[in-house]
Amino acid sequence: MFRNVAELVSLAEQSQVKIAEIMIRQEIEVSGRPREEIIAKMEQNLDVMEKALERGLSGVKSQTGLTGGDAVLLQNYIRSGKGLSGNLLLDAVSKAVATNEVNAAMGVICATPTAGSAGVVPGTLFAVKEKLNPTRMEMIEFLFTAAAFGFVVANNATVSGAAGGCQAEVGSAAGMAAASIVEMAGGTPRQAAEAMAITLKNMLGLVCDPVAGLVEVPCVKRNAMGASNALTAADMALAGITSRIPCDEVIAAMYEIGKTMPSALRETAQGGLAATPTGRRLEAEIFGEPKGKLKDYLVASIS
Amino acid sequence: MKYRSAFDIIGPVMVGPSSSHTAGAVRIGRVARSLFEKQPKKVDIHLYGSFATTYKGHGTDLALVAGLLDFDTFNERIPDSLKIANEVNMEVVFHEEGAIPEHPNTVKLVLASDEQTLEVIGVSIGGGAIEIKEINSFKLKLSGDPAFLVMHQDKFGVVSCVTSILSKYKINIGHMEVSRKEKGDMAIMVIQVDQKIEDAVLNEIKELSNVRGVIRMVA
Repeated sequence: MFRNVAELVSLAEQSQVKIAEIMIRQEIEVSGRPREEIIAKMEQNLDVMEKALERGLSGVKSQTGLTGGDAVLLQNYIRSGKGLSGNLLLDAVSKAVATNEVNAAMGVICATPTAGSAGVVPGTLFAVKEKLNPTRMEMIEFLFTAAAFGFVVANNATVSGAAGGCQAEVGSAAGMAAASIVEMAGGTPRQAAEAMAITLKNMLGLVCDPVAGLVEVPCVKRNAMGASNALTAADMALAGITSRIPCDEVIAAMYEIGKTMPSALRETAQGGLAATPTGRRLEAEIFGEPKGKLKDYLVASIS
Repeated sequence: MKYRSAFDIIGPVMVGPSSSHTAGAVRIGRVARSLFEKQPKKVDIHLYGSFATTYKGHGTDLALVAGLLDFDTFNERIPDSLKIANEVNMEVVFHEEGAIPEHPNTVKLVLASDEQTLEVIGVSIGGGAIEIKEINSFKLKLSGDPAFLVMHQDKFGVVSCVTSILSKYKINIGHMEVSRKEKGDMAIMVIQVDQKIEDAVLNEIKELSNVRGVIRMVA
């Protein structure tokens, strides 16, 4: 069983297979289930992602009305031909947004690695698909590659916003997506790891500060930027750029930063954007009464 | 390692909006329900840390109740669980606790019917994965490996009877804990194994004298 990215990359290099294949082999060993069953299960997840994404692209609204409809706006904008940053990038962003809008509306999604960060991996996958024309099996492999990198983060650090902030959720998701994009585009396992490192480095320190405690503001747009970050980093890695800090050390740094992050910035809706005047006003509009202030919370923690 | 499977990372398929605060909460509620073996009459739900401050926004309340109603994480009726609980006469009371837990997403569920109560402390560790920390003050350590729990009389030979059955089926034990409240009273065994456990194995353990119940904790 691989314990870190370095071992994962060297396993893939030694056996001359994709990272996806290393993850599949490990899953067979750990679960004791046959390969076909494991592939079929991942395909079901892929189907859920595709349905969620389509639902989001046709327009949804959350119960609070805070989110929904932005994926449609972006698709219309792409069709207008006025997009500046390239249609593939905007398509990925709109599909990441679509998935998270469905999540915010309490729709069915597949967590990758969490629900709050569920847009990045499918968003980039279904956008890159338009250019690379992968087979269904290659799309399933994309998810296994993402799983392999997420597995390392979850076991050596954390993928929970409450434990490590948004860098642990959208940061991990973006890193996973970047690695998978590289592999699907024909990059080496080493380049996949570089893409993950470059992505995560640029998400370090990102706090989890959801307005009113809802997975809506800023979560949906953080998924958008996670997708865009992943695609840019994947291109950089494919161009031959490497990370001076190795991927495993970036993951360790993310964990250390998460542990020192104040509780107010780890999914408690006590700080950051949640504590802005507008954040508090929206919270009061949705739940009627404002929740305890940060000061009260800290006093309670000490006593 | 806390996470064992690719599907802990890509998955679960679930109703949004949060894997830790919604899907994980459904799973904790469901474990408590399966330990109780029936629908409780009343449940006191004590929320700690991030669960206490953001449970309304993430639907953690709806999710815990959905789990207590034995729903899975992808059940589309999760948003209506409070209404459904009311319809089936399961009383639910929420308590926002100020105490700071070891892990931010901690919940204590106290399930009660006329004749019995059960207290379960669960933690949602991220991505929908959960850990059950305590059952009726018995401290447990469970991760993602297949695991089951045996409730039995605290008496010589019971542990060896259970492990003999596992050995007969060539099932290797990865981790095992035995604890009890008082000598000779009710005891609990938690056994984590390396492969999937068939129902037949659990049924055979259930048949043993001095064993009161067997519950699958992690499939």
